[in-house]
Amino acid sequence: MSKASVSMSEKIVIIGAGQAAAQAVQSLRAEGFDGPITVVGDEAYPPYQRPPLSKAWLKGEADEDALTLKPAEWYAEAGVDLWLAAPVASIDRADRKVTLSDGERLPYDILILATGARARPLPVAGADLSGVLSLRSAADAEALKTALGPGKRIVVVGGGYVGLEAAASALALGAEITVVEREDRVLARVASRTLSSFFQDYHQTQGVTFHLGARVTGFDGVDGKVTAVRLADGATLPCDVALVGIGALPNVELAAGCGLALADGIVVDGEARTSDPAIFAIGDCTWRPMPLYGRELRLESVPNALEQAKQAASAIAGRAPPPSEVPWFWSDQYDLKLQMAGLADGADEIVVRGDQAAGRFAVFHLREGVLTAVEAVNAPPEFMGGRQMIGRQARVDPAKLADTAVSMKEVAAGQ
Amino acid sequence: MAKITYIEHDGREHEVEVRPGLSVMEGAVKNNIPGIDADCGGACACATCHVYVDDAWRERTGKASAMEESMLDFADEVEPNSRLSCQIRVTAELDGLVVRLPERQH
Repeated sequence: MSKASVSMSEKIVIIGAGQAAAQAVQSLRAEGFDGPITVVGDEAYPPYQRPPLSKAWLKGEADEDALTLKPAEWYAEAGVDLWLAAPVASIDRADRKVTLSDGERLPYDILILATGARARPLPVAGADLSGVLSLRSAADAEALKTALGPGKRIVVVGGGYVGLEAAASALALGAEITVVEREDRVLARVASRTLSSFFQDYHQTQGVTFHLGARVTGFDGVDGKVTAVRLADGATLPCDVALVGIGALPNVELAAGCGLALADGIVVDGEARTSDPAIFAIGDCTWRPMPLYGRELRLESVPNALEQAKQAASAIAGRAPPPSEVPWFWSDQYDLKLQMAGLADGADEIVVRGDQAAGRFAVFHLREGVLTAVEAVNAPPEFMGGRQMIGRQARVDPAKLADTAVSMKEVAAGQ
Repeated sequence: MAKITYIEHDGREHEVEVRPGLSVMEGAVKNNIPGIDADCGGACACATCHVYVDDAWRERTGKASAMEESMLDFADEVEPNSRLSCQIRVTAELDGLVVRLPERQH
């Protein structure tokens, strides 16, 4: 791809004010881009971290200041205009202008879409009742936290990461938790069976009740407020709050409206460039190449957003892209730290290392003898060593990998 | 507030005031000090906030936990005074702390 050199006086507009946008600003300045940057976000807050919303923040262990990535003054000092609570209505590619919903038009030379994703709605009766919540934004988290407390009955719809993390945090606040999952196991889309059953058992030990293979058909309410979740098998689960965590949808409407190429996200290349060379897209909203696995996909994770923000900044500054990274992810539930690297599908061999009963183990995924993914529970060496080996597409000896007498350092080095 | 000096790998010094209760990592990120990436935001999950604690301060910053130790084990250029800065909580006692940053975090 030809890399147009960019004069530093060009004007950059970033739509979206999440963690991807904050990293893009930081990386652009670090790359020496000193032209004007405007960040336009529809939320009222400067960029903040979402991962703690279902974890430390929900439990009251992190305050607002800890969530905020950089103080608002930093943006002013860096010469960045931060337009908050300012939803964008459309993009005019021919004129290179962004139109805000209040009618204001903002010209750009380079546009970065960091529009993120939104909680997938559950299209059933009663989903609009008060007390039927989702968890994506600080405002969502605030609503959930307000509704939690000792003795409150929470039904979590969806046994994915958001749901399980929120369940663990809500339990710590004294709530009673029931998780309803459509598949026959929790974390079905994102983890191995070994990990799914470990997490389900652990949650059950803590007191969480599960309904697996269960479909929600509706929410009951009284005076506009949710009172129960109804299942297809006829069961009714009484609740004070229902938290719906059934995945996220990429925010692609602006990109669609101006005719950018789309898949399950905004299509970008390895430099985070869309089908319009003047427009980049980064983070949860993108459909991106993953060279290590020879395919394209959409990833919802902070490390992915950071990586693509750096790719875009390098491309805009006319530099070579940073080396591509192994996708990774983490989740904190109770005293469990889950760290995953790689893509956990398509394995032809699974190796478990460590002691599941002791809550410290890792599941390694191999394909034709090459390590493709690791899921580590309270096992940082397995995660760190595994991630490095995945990046090198290392062949591993399954027997050595399963043998905890051989250190991960040795396993990682021994190839 | 506690004064913390972050020294980049090339010797550039940044002296900033950090509110007690934040971590040494958060002090760097909020003050835009280059050289600390902190991809996971302080969850002790990524080892991209590696610092070297000045010898005079090692006792007061305490020891790394077993989990932190095992993360550090796989970081680059680890020294006996290596720490993950997300795991060092700023207190009034750490007023004057000096940490050095590695050449790279990835």
